[in-house]
Amino acid sequence: MSVSSVVKIKIDGVEVTAYEGDTILSAAKRASIYIPTLCYLDGLSSYGGCRLCIVEVKGSPKLFPSCTTPVSNGMEIITNSERLRKFRKLTLGLILSEKPHICSICVANGHCELQDLAKEFGVDHLRVEREWTAHKIDLTHDFLVIDHNRCILCARCIRACDEIEGVHVLDMKMRGKDSQVIVDMDEDWASSRSCTSCRKCARVCPVGAIYVRDKPFSEIKDKEMAKFILSRRGL
Amino acid sequence: MSKEDRRLLILEREMKARMYQKSVLLEILHLAHELYGYFDKDLLNYISERLNLPPSHVYGVASFYHLFRLKKPGEHVVSACMGTACYVSGVEEIISAIEREFNVKRGGSTADGKLSLFITRCIGACAMAPNVTIDNEVIGKANKEVVLKRIKDIIGG
Repeated sequence: MSVSSVVKIKIDGVEVTAYEGDTILSAAKRASIYIPTLCYLDGLSSYGGCRLCIVEVKGSPKLFPSCTTPVSNGMEIITNSERLRKFRKLTLGLILSEKPHICSICVANGHCELQDLAKEFGVDHLRVEREWTAHKIDLTHDFLVIDHNRCILCARCIRACDEIEGVHVLDMKMRGKDSQVIVDMDEDWASSRSCTSCRKCARVCPVGAIYVRDKPFSEIKDKEMAKFILSRRGL
Repeated sequence: MSKEDRRLLILEREMKARMYQKSVLLEILHLAHELYGYFDKDLLNYISERLNLPPSHVYGVASFYHLFRLKKPGEHVVSACMGTACYVSGVEEIISAIEREFNVKRGGSTADGKLSLFITRCIGACAMAPNVTIDNEVIGKANKEVVLKRIKDIIGG
């Protein structure tokens, strides 16, 4: 790195050296400063969908998603404040109310990133009404299952399928509240011609939406997943 | 059959003229929609194959836009305006009357493929609200009796 590409920023009052092209999140990670994330996963591209990693930047009334905002010289960032906690809690509540998330009957219970975050932010009540629409569960594949009732549309599976496995079997259809993860042309998983059954989607799913049948969730979900992906990409 | 082939030829020529670039997907979808009036999965599969794009990506783009139809529209198309003025003037009542009378759901077609019912955004005739369009004929200041009768006339004749 050349000298000119080094930028100095302040995160929570601590001087941090970052490189041009860094995002706020990656700079904070290097400095061991914690920012809660949900759709972000090390090794995958940033999506900026969950809005849990929002931070305040001095001089702007807006909140910025730290996983997609590049750093610039002299930035002063606050990662934790009353306002941010309030918005993060609200965001979690909205995500939880979108689908019928019932932890007690979920395969991911105890291994769920959404559940962990809800615990961390003390989301014990929902301030908005739940959307009780029933979505289908695709049980056609030999061992992979996708339960749209639990999907939070973080697009981690889509990105893993595209960027790591390189087949792009999964994508998102429709928009707004009709959005759903699809396999090929919105087909049954079993009839997909392009799926390699690599299970990477199940490994990266933060909730219990994609999982391997007859396997405990602790086994499907690898804690070293991020490292695994990074090594695969040769980074 | 020969007509079918010609439409595919037009698509093929357009894709070739654009060197089968992946970035022309949306333009090709527009052209295909113009030619066919809707997308079926075979057509989307064909486009994805020719442009070398994953099928899920093509389907994702095609389903994202409201103006693309993924189902074959019926012989006759009824579109009810759901703009603010029409909604306030009670277009909802007309829509549910059509749904009940012809056993058709909004956004769908009847089982025999004779009639489709679509919801549109403001058609720009708010003074005549509520508006219902039947095969390019606009019925302003509509009420359910008039609309139901007109639809029956068109389907019958």
